[in-house]
Amino acid sequence: MHGFFGALEHALECEDLARSDGLLQKIDPRVKLIGILALVVGAAASRRLEVIGVVFAAGCVMALFSHVPLRTLVLRVWAGAFVFTGAIALPAIFLTPGAPIRHLPFVGWPVTFEGLRAATYLVSRVETTATLSMLLVLSTPWTHVLKSLRALRVPVVLVVILGMTYRYILLLIETAIEMMDSRRSRTVGRLEPSEGRRLAVATAGVLLSKTMQLSGDVYLAMQSRGFRGEVYVLDEFRMTARDWGWLALFLASAAAAVWIGQH
Amino acid sequence: MGTLAVSPCYDLYVGSMHIPDGYLSPSTCAALYVGAAPFWYVALRRLKRLLTTRLVPLLSVFAAFCFVVMMFNLPLPGGTTGHAVGVGIASIVLGPWASILAVSIALFIQAVFFGDGGITALGANCLNMAVAGSLVSYLAYRAISGRSPIDSPRRVLAAGVAGYLGVNVAALLAAIEFGVQPMLFHDASGAPLYAPYPLSIAIPAMMIGHLTIAGVAEFVVSAGLVAWLQRSHPSLLRGTAPGAPEAANENDAAGWRAVRPLLAGLAALMLLTPIGILAAGSAWGEWSPADFANPAARRQIATASSNQNPPTRVPHGLELLSTVWTAPIPAYAPRFLRSQSFGYFLSAAFGAGLILLTALVADRLFERRRRSG
Repeated sequence: MHGFFGALEHALECEDLARSDGLLQKIDPRVKLIGILALVVGAAASRRLEVIGVVFAAGCVMALFSHVPLRTLVLRVWAGAFVFTGAIALPAIFLTPGAPIRHLPFVGWPVTFEGLRAATYLVSRVETTATLSMLLVLSTPWTHVLKSLRALRVPVVLVVILGMTYRYILLLIETAIEMMDSRRSRTVGRLEPSEGRRLAVATAGVLLSKTMQLSGDVYLAMQSRGFRGEVYVLDEFRMTARDWGWLALFLASAAAAVWIGQH
Repeated sequence: MGTLAVSPCYDLYVGSMHIPDGYLSPSTCAALYVGAAPFWYVALRRLKRLLTTRLVPLLSVFAAFCFVVMMFNLPLPGGTTGHAVGVGIASIVLGPWASILAVSIALFIQAVFFGDGGITALGANCLNMAVAGSLVSYLAYRAISGRSPIDSPRRVLAAGVAGYLGVNVAALLAAIEFGVQPMLFHDASGAPLYAPYPLSIAIPAMMIGHLTIAGVAEFVVSAGLVAWLQRSHPSLLRGTAPGAPEAANENDAAGWRAVRPLLAGLAALMLLTPIGILAAGSAWGEWSPADFANPAARRQIATASSNQNPPTRVPHGLELLSTVWTAPIPAYAPRFLRSQSFGYFLSAAFGAGLILLTALVADRLFERRRRSG
């Protein structure tokens, strides 16, 4: 249930932030998609921690000027990334072969320089790329993100399917919440794990049958409105000089990150 | 997968295969995108031809269903909880190609909108879960369920095993992708640039969680949903069950026809059992008390035990327990037969017949209990 509510909260927060008047919100969605993707690749390809740090700092500056609350970045990106990736990276400090620089007290495990670097690479890359990805979604209406996929030559039919899928995700989440609420409101005490499994499977089963029925209803509704298989996306984007400038800046920064990061 | 309110996507090695950005090198990600692309292309072409105008609504809604199923937090035996991917049930209801696209679409939205899984790693996640997971689940389901009736318990088991296998194959692929990173990508000082653990660590770390938790979650969801569909919407199982009868009592003869090749194989094996007579002596550890007093048997035991001589007296525990049970047909040689070869064959026929009879009785009892429950 907590996950379902979290998803709905995230969707609402994204819609609010995407409508605000910030730096990234004014840039063409296609430029943002390509530019942020390029920066993600740049951060991923770099072999220098300093370069990754600079890209991360650039992401933080963009977030600041796009009115993205620090709390959102901390809760949705940084805390989770640090805790989970940190937990995964921590053993690497001891397990990566290399010259030991220190030994842990009591257990004597060697901390190697290479292990520290490997852990730092992993955590910093994950933090940076996750920050940039989240910025794209927080600063751009989801429908615009999908439409801008056409700039990457994604087939129109997939763009339409993605758009519809997003709408029905929210609908199915609300349906799942209602079903679970109605069951729990009729339950006294804690559910045994086996009962919890049965509830989850039954909820999924009812969702599945609603899914199939919904797909039939949607199909009939589309046909009754003239749908015969052709899909179109209304292109409402227009590039301005400022958008071209941003595109050049994004691509140049990504190229610099890759080039400097390799040397 | 964690809660989506507090940044997901980082519960690798514990129960999810959603690879974030930064764990795989850009060249690995590019290669995996290239690996997944042909499957997307073929799936889209086949589905467009098959579904025509139904493609858009069916895929959209089913991808949404897959997404929501991935969010279910399932309580599992042992007190743990886990998340299913939904690839098993998607393959069983929609078939492998639609499942590839539906799960890929769900993964895309998870990665881009919810940050669960990386954007550069999307190709890897789709190849592992959507492509490999769907194909393995579908093939396993078809192989195990065979032509069993739509309402057969065998289909429930087939669904569970299919989901379990699909998820674990996906996890293995992810583990291999992680494990090769330190070998291929490191900086000048030798420090790994991406996932830092070699195959010897990555594979056990990933597989332990998936064999015990994520795989079980997928088993529960796939088997549970198929059992639910058998009762409520059996027509949804028809798409991947060509030629299967609707109900178990409709066509038991067809079920036995399908088993005939297996029975023929079993008969052939029974005829070959006398070959076992060629192996002289007892298998290691299968000695009787009499062997400890027999000089020839003692020599065999010593030879098979790195020339360690067996004790001169029979171990007390062995002597005591050997009297607990006397087999009706000891050493597969009925006392009333002189021919050892025929005795072997007869023992094999009797043993196999007893097993088949037990299985039939259990099947009938289970069937009766299922119908009354």
